[in-house]
Amino acid sequence: MGPNLLTNYGEAVSMILFCIGFANLLLQKNLIKKIIGLNIMDSGTYLFLAEKGYIEGRVAPIVVDGIQDVNAYINPIPSGLVLTGIVVSVSVTALMLSLTVRLYRRYHTLNLDEISMRLKKEGL
Amino acid sequence: MDMVCNFPAVSILLCLFAGIISSGLKQKAARMLNTVLLLVVITLSATAFVYTLATGSSFVYVMGKFPAPWGNEIRAGMLETFMATAFGIIMLLSLLGGEKKLHDEVEEGKIFLYYVLNDLLLSSLLALVYTNDLFTAYVFIEINTIAACGLIMIRQNGRTIEAAVRYMIMSLLGSGMILLSICLLYDITGHLLMSNIKETIEAISHYDTYNVPLMVAISLICVGLAIKSALFPFHSWLPDAYGYSTVSSAAILSSLVSKGYIFLLIKIFYRVIGVEIIRNSKIINVLFIFGLAGMIFGSLSAIKEADIRRMIAFSSVAQIGYIYMGFGLGTEVGMIASIFHILTHAATKSLLFISAIGLTEVSGGSRHFNEATGSGFRNKIAGIGFTIGSLSMVGLPAFAGFISKILFAQAALRNPHKMLSVLIVLGISTILNAIYFLKTVIRIYTPVESSIYKPLTMKDQKLYSVVIILFVIINFFLGLMSSMVTEWITRGLAMFS
Repeated sequence: MGPNLLTNYGEAVSMILFCIGFANLLLQKNLIKKIIGLNIMDSGTYLFLAEKGYIEGRVAPIVVDGIQDVNAYINPIPSGLVLTGIVVSVSVTALMLSLTVRLYRRYHTLNLDEISMRLKKEGL
Repeated sequence: MDMVCNFPAVSILLCLFAGIISSGLKQKAARMLNTVLLLVVITLSATAFVYTLATGSSFVYVMGKFPAPWGNEIRAGMLETFMATAFGIIMLLSLLGGEKKLHDEVEEGKIFLYYVLNDLLLSSLLALVYTNDLFTAYVFIEINTIAACGLIMIRQNGRTIEAAVRYMIMSLLGSGMILLSICLLYDITGHLLMSNIKETIEAISHYDTYNVPLMVAISLICVGLAIKSALFPFHSWLPDAYGYSTVSSAAILSSLVSKGYIFLLIKIFYRVIGVEIIRNSKIINVLFIFGLAGMIFGSLSAIKEADIRRMIAFSSVAQIGYIYMGFGLGTEVGMIASIFHILTHAATKSLLFISAIGLTEVSGGSRHFNEATGSGFRNKIAGIGFTIGSLSMVGLPAFAGFISKILFAQAALRNPHKMLSVLIVLGISTILNAIYFLKTVIRIYTPVESSIYKPLTMKDQKLYSVVIILFVIINFFLGLMSSMVTEWITRGLAMFS
C-alpha cells in the first residue's frame, strides 16, 4: 500500500479533500461554511477524475498532424465529465446561496440550528 | 425499429420542452400544458408497456446513433415502462387533487413556476427510470433534487425554506457520494454504460485486486441513494419537507421522488454491479438492518406526532424501511415484494396526503389531531379516502398494503437466516401502523354535537372527489389484481438483467 500511495498521491489528496468537504457540509452550523464545504467536496471529486484521466506524456486527442498511435492520446471523457460536474455544482451552489439569502433576510442569522430553534418558538 | 421504440426518449424530451415553454406562459396555460403533457406521457409509456408485453423483450434506443460503448442509451423493458406509467398517473392525480390548495398557499403570480418545476421533475424521473448510462443518471439525479427543492419552497414561509435547506444539504451529501462512486466505477471498468460496466465487472471480479475499490463504490452508491430516499438514519429532513410544503408537493415527493432513487438503485443492483456480487457482499445486510430499524422507529415517531401531515410523513420513513428490508433479503421474491411495495406506497401515500388536506380544510385549516374530530362527517369523500388509505397501510385484505405485506412475509420464509427477524418486525410494525392510523380514523369519525366548521359536500369539490375515487380504484386494483401485477414485475425483472 505504501508505494502505491506515493505514486497516486494526487488521488490521495483528492480523497482527503472530499472528506474535508463532506465533513464541513455535514457538521458546520454556518450555512456559508456549509456551502464552502460543498464546493470543496465537489472539487475533490473533480481532482480525482482529472488525476485518473491524465496519463503522463500523452496529449489530448486533438488531431492536427495525422492520427498517431493510440498510445499517444489520453481519454477525453473524464475531462468532459469534470465539465458537466462543474456545471451541476455551480447550479446547486447558486440555489443554496439564494436559499441562504432568503433565510438571512428573514431571521438575520446564518446559523441553521438557531433558525430551527426560532421556528419552534414561533410554532408555525 | 418500431415506432414505439422512440417513445421513452420522446417523453423525456417532451417534458423538458414543456418545462421551458411553461416558463413563458400564464398560470392557466401552464396548468393546461402540464395536464396534457402528463396525459401524453402516460399514453406513450402505456403504449411502450403494451409493446414490451407483446414482444416479451426490452428494447434499446441509441441516442444520436453512436453505437454501444461510446454513445448514450435508453433502455426500456416491461418494468421501466410500467413504472413510468404508474409515476405519470400518480403525479397527475396528485396535482389535480391538490390544485385548489395550491391557489391558497402559493402567491398568485408564481403558480406557473410550480408547473415548470413539475415538468422538470417528471423529465428527471422518466430519465432515471429509462436511462442506461450512469453519468446521465447522475445529472438527472441533480435535476430531480433541484426540482424537488423548488416544490418544497414554492410555498413561502420560514418553515418551508428551512426544510428546503435541510433537504438540499442531505441531498447534496448523497449526490457527492454517488458522483464519487460513479467515478470509481468508471475508473475500474472504463465504461459509463450500465451493460458494459456489468460485463467488465463480471470479467474482473475473479481478481482480488479489484475487490476493495468495487466494495467502496457499491457502498458509496448505496449510502448515497439511501440518503436521498430517506432510509431510516438519514430521514431527519423528511418530516419538515413533507409536512409543511403544499399538499401536491408532499404527495409527489413522498410517492415519486424517493421512489425514483430507489428504482435507480434496483437498476444499479441488476444492471451495473450484477445481482450475484450484491448478494455476496455484506452491504445488503446493512440495508436490511437499517430497513428493519426504519420500520419500527418511523412508526414510533408517527405515533408521537399530533400533526396529521407530519404523522403521514413519518409513516413514509417506515414504508421506505419495508422497501429496503426487501432488498436486504437478497432474493428474487424479496425484490419483487419491494417493487410491489413501491407501487403500493406511491398509490396509498398520495391518497393519504390528498385526503388529509380535505379533512384539515373542514377543521378550520388546523392540522392538529384534536381539531380533526368528526371531520370525516363534514367532508365525506375525504374521510372515505383517508379510511381506505389507512386500512391499506395497515394491511387489511383486499387492499394493496395487504398484498405487499404478504409478499414480504412469503419472501422472508425463503430465507431461513433472516426469516424470524423479518416476521417479528413485520408484526410489530403492523401493530404500530394500526395504532396511529386507526387512532386517526376513529378520531375523524367521532361525532361532535355541534361543529363550528362548515361541512363540504361532493358538489363543492367535484374534481377533488373524482381524484379521491380514482386513487381508491387504483388501490383496489393493486389489491385485487395483484397476481397480474406481480407477474408483470417478475417478467420485468427477468428482462432487467
